[in-house]
Amino acid sequence: MEIIEHYLYTKEHEWINIEDNIGTIGITDYAQSALGDITFVELPSQDSEVEQFEEFVSVESVKAASDIFAPMSGRVIEVNSKLEENPGLINRYCYTKGWLVKIEITSMEETSNLMTAEEYESYLESIEQ
Amino acid sequence: MSNVGSSKNTALVEEHVSLGAKMVDFAGWNMPLQYEGILQEFEYNRKTASLFDCSHMGEFFIEGTLTASGLSRIVTQKLTDMPVKTCRYGTMLNENGGTIDDLIVYKISEEKWMVVVNAANIDKDRRHFLAHLSKSSGFQDVSLQTAKLDLQGPMSREVLGRLVPGIQTLEYYGFDHFDLLGEKVIISRTGYTGELGYEIYFPWTKVKELWKEILKNDNVKPTGLGVRDVLRIEMCYPLYGHELEEIISPFDAGLKKFVDLSKDFIGKDGLLKREDSGLKRNLVCFASSNRRAPRAEHKLYSLDGYECGVVTSGTFSPALTCGIGIGLVREPLKAGDQIIFGDEKSKNSAVVVSRPFYKSGSLKN
Repeated sequence: MEIIEHYLYTKEHEWINIEDNIGTIGITDYAQSALGDITFVELPSQDSEVEQFEEFVSVESVKAASDIFAPMSGRVIEVNSKLEENPGLINRYCYTKGWLVKIEITSMEETSNLMTAEEYESYLESIEQ
Repeated sequence: MSNVGSSKNTALVEEHVSLGAKMVDFAGWNMPLQYEGILQEFEYNRKTASLFDCSHMGEFFIEGTLTASGLSRIVTQKLTDMPVKTCRYGTMLNENGGTIDDLIVYKISEEKWMVVVNAANIDKDRRHFLAHLSKSSGFQDVSLQTAKLDLQGPMSREVLGRLVPGIQTLEYYGFDHFDLLGEKVIISRTGYTGELGYEIYFPWTKVKELWKEILKNDNVKPTGLGVRDVLRIEMCYPLYGHELEEIISPFDAGLKKFVDLSKDFIGKDGLLKREDSGLKRNLVCFASSNRRAPRAEHKLYSLDGYECGVVTSGTFSPALTCGIGIGLVREPLKAGDQIIFGDEKSKNSAVVVSRPFYKSGSLKN
């Protein structure tokens, strides 16, 4: 499973890439692989407020629907509108073109609730057993 | 998704795992859900050819004439006018007219029949047959000796024709015995995908060789139960446990043409009584207004919010590029009617469509 070094991760397999006070959010390689081919994504509306670890995106694969949880709290400043027509971008480029949402982060202190790449890698090993 | 300890394995489990399949428990069997991915496997099936391991399904042999054996009373479909070497789809019912299983009857000769049933129902089906077949008839459950490979897709005739030249003339719902890899086996022109296809009944202990031989052809790829479900929903074919159950009649499930009311069969009185009762349901096929898919746990609502039924199966349809679903509703609906599917959290609009969703399959080519 691919993991990106400088991103932060949740136990629910979301990632966040923080640049200044903007966080780009997506799901991890592990998550996209477990879900299978993604066929539909419901994204939050512009300017809506999201809370850390609350569901804010709904993703459907051919076989099932899953909730995605926000890694950090903030205000939605952009959503990946390309996913509307091409949700398969998440399967092919989960860490880049398949991003979901950008938020303006409310509190940097919340990063203490997230895992580093190294911690996420050990976490994956622990749940794979 | 991992290997389930108590599940039974088909003779091909190692092949599936070595091909990278995600395995899943289905009806007590450890089966391949998908290999490369459902959407890719969909393309293989609809455009070239795909191979399914369906060894988990049940096969019974029955000996005796139609009337003397009691077979005619056990199944709902008309069997009296069946030519030898043809098969026919139908159901068998409990006393209330609910469905014990759906099945295909193969007429091998006037006095020999094969019945193919769902994996989940083998035990109860066997009990039902043994309870209702006449004492003079013969019954044999060969499910665990009989593997089944489904080769399906527009190129399946060409692919199988290289191994079995005689297959070219086999007609839709016809079958015969053919020589294949040194075995004499039943192959029928049947399937569950809406494409031209064949079901091959092969000795359990030798099926690995056949599986590998068929996959040598570059136009064939292995496909799993995940895409099988998508393909059958696009064709509005019922799946036992979803559209059919002990409490659902074949009339509810839109299978009237597979019930011969001119003959006597078990459950006939119950079936006719149900029609006038509050238990009556109607099958409905509907397409979502977007890519969101209905799911089996969803409910159906009329536009004014009245809960009018349940979703029994749903999926994203790669052919229609929208969500599609099958449901059971109290009052019949017609093509073009607007409905809503969903749960407490989210609701989505949909339109009733005529069966099947996918109309351009190679099924009868």
